[in-house]
Amino acid sequence: MPAAGALREPAAVAVTGVSKTFKLPHQQYHTLKERALHPFRARTFDVLQAVNEVSFDVAPGEFFGIVGRNGSGKSTLLKCLAGIYHTDEGELLVNGRLSPFIELGVGFNPDLTARDNVVINAIMLGLTRQQARERFDDIIEFAELEEFLDLRLKNYSSGMTVRLAFSIAIQVDADILLIDEVLAVGDATFQQKCFDEFHRLKERGSTVLFVSHDMGDVQRFCDRAMLLDKGRVVDIGDPASVARRYNDINFGRFDAPANGDGAAAPDRDGSAAAILDSWFEDPERRRIAMVAQDEPCCACLEVRFDEALDDPIFGVALTNDAGHTVFATTTAAEHGPTGHFEAGERTIVRMRFENWLAAGRYNLTPTVARNGRGDDVLAVHDDAASLIVHGDLGAGGIARLPHGFELEQA
Amino acid sequence: MSSVEVSAAPATSRKGAGHHAPSAFGDDLRRFVNLTVMLATTDFKLRYFGSALGYLWSLVRPLLFFGVLYVMFTQILHAGRGVPHYAVYLLSSIMLWTFFAETTGNAVQCLVAREGLLRKIRFPRLAIPLAVSLTALFTLATNFAAVLIFALASGITPRVSWLALPLLVALLAAFAIGTGMLLSALYVRFRDIQPMWEVIAQVLFYGSPIIYVAAQYKSLVHVAMCNPIATILTEMRHVFVDPSAHSAATYIGGAPRLLIPLGIIALVFALGLWFFNREAPRIAERL
Repeated sequence: MPAAGALREPAAVAVTGVSKTFKLPHQQYHTLKERALHPFRARTFDVLQAVNEVSFDVAPGEFFGIVGRNGSGKSTLLKCLAGIYHTDEGELLVNGRLSPFIELGVGFNPDLTARDNVVINAIMLGLTRQQARERFDDIIEFAELEEFLDLRLKNYSSGMTVRLAFSIAIQVDADILLIDEVLAVGDATFQQKCFDEFHRLKERGSTVLFVSHDMGDVQRFCDRAMLLDKGRVVDIGDPASVARRYNDINFGRFDAPANGDGAAAPDRDGSAAAILDSWFEDPERRRIAMVAQDEPCCACLEVRFDEALDDPIFGVALTNDAGHTVFATTTAAEHGPTGHFEAGERTIVRMRFENWLAAGRYNLTPTVARNGRGDDVLAVHDDAASLIVHGDLGAGGIARLPHGFELEQA
Repeated sequence: MSSVEVSAAPATSRKGAGHHAPSAFGDDLRRFVNLTVMLATTDFKLRYFGSALGYLWSLVRPLLFFGVLYVMFTQILHAGRGVPHYAVYLLSSIMLWTFFAETTGNAVQCLVAREGLLRKIRFPRLAIPLAVSLTALFTLATNFAAVLIFALASGITPRVSWLALPLLVALLAAFAIGTGMLLSALYVRFRDIQPMWEVIAQVLFYGSPIIYVAAQYKSLVHVAMCNPIATILTEMRHVFVDPSAHSAATYIGGAPRLLIPLGIIALVFALGLWFFNREAPRIAERL
């Protein structure tokens, strides 16, 4: 079993051996009539073990990511934590006030105005009516929806609804927040605001349990992450290594998920090099999540070598949200030999580029390969970091090539 | 399924400290009350939302409805001849029956209708059926305003005995909430509860002295009065409409026998609460 984490002293959340099973009857006896007509028919059912002896601790002030594929038990676990589902076995300890919700905008009523919905939702999330009124202005200001206060919610766009929901959620006085995939909607500017808010929460010492599919978000915000597969904990550790494990599972290279050590995937896990981290930064080497069009930036990766290597090849690819690879480059193609690295050595690779990207969101996939044709990949990290490019330059397309117009009148 | 103790378990013995499994009441009584009231007021508000008359409609609607019944039963059907203030009794009993029918009828599906809340927020489960009865209580209050207008217009003068009305409403509410808790929790397991309850409600409607009075039970009166609704309506007639009408105790055959309908109310309420509380932790996953 993976260790429950090194952080021991009064944990904000301590989960010990929690299991949750669902009974899925073969024959759905959903009416009294059927029960009365067939009282002796054997009631057979499948048992679905949604969460299987999961244990972990989260320290106060920690950002803890929970990742896994669909059906891996993430949401069930979160519902057990939130007190929505009853757990079959195990112990859940929570120190501090726990936010009662796992999803944003629950209980919004489309027939009521934003004004009414703010108060209703705030009460549902645990504020009193008076607190809800006091914080009303802050909520609306953060959501930037002052002009749409008296519009019924059914006339809101999905992005506006999420903004409103997020703004209410952060007003709830909780020491521990449970967040299930929130940032998928909303425009780039608002996403950045949410990220900033997360940092503020982090500084204030709030503990956040964050469920996501976006490895970039998990690596950017989380101090630690946990990977679930088929209800079991596969890995708990630093987000970068968990993200890599997640990718391995996604691509089917990981056959023994319950076996918690890295030996199970010999071709890449425990190989000659590991990507520890990857990120975007500005020319002053500050990490960024967002950049204006035309402002130069760097895509970076930190690599640790586990055996001595000569001239390994570092690669970087940028894909947009539609999944198109907008740009890919390697040191072999553009830089030349990279030199010798000893086992245990670490290096940071920076790929500086002129930002000719169209506005949108881009994901970074770094790779490390053995010297050669570049097909002996030692480590790859799909969508390990993301960058939002904002601005309104260009008239369309996926890139804005450096260009100029010339007009000649005949 | 084995339950192996994980060696890395934190060495703490406070089981469940700060954490609560889903339950009927939740862990914070103030939040429970806030949520119940909020759900009820929102429901009540939505009912009249967007109508031109707004809240005025909540008063106009029962006035019009009772006006129709009044004309129908007294001027056309000539029902209740020989019953003093029959029209006022009819309206009052319809008003109380509507409260019971609305609470129980809406309670059946209330948990399923609020699935979104139950599955996404830690939510005291009992707040939902309670809010249903609170909404019905709001309707009862506005209907009572209309009934009062009819009563005063019919020449009934206010009496001290009217003070017994809240007690009767409380008894009826206990009966309705008890039934509502039972029905809402049962419906999560058995979806044919709804048509079954519709039939039972019809039987209760015609079995209770609503469009007739208790005297018309004739020889069956001792048995029929064991129905809590019959007892409540008959007592209501005595204290509110016509002091010369017999009290429920007289009809049922002596005050001690009133323990039967009162016992039924207590039993249904206790059964509803027990069953709801038992089912509460697993309601969310069975929806």
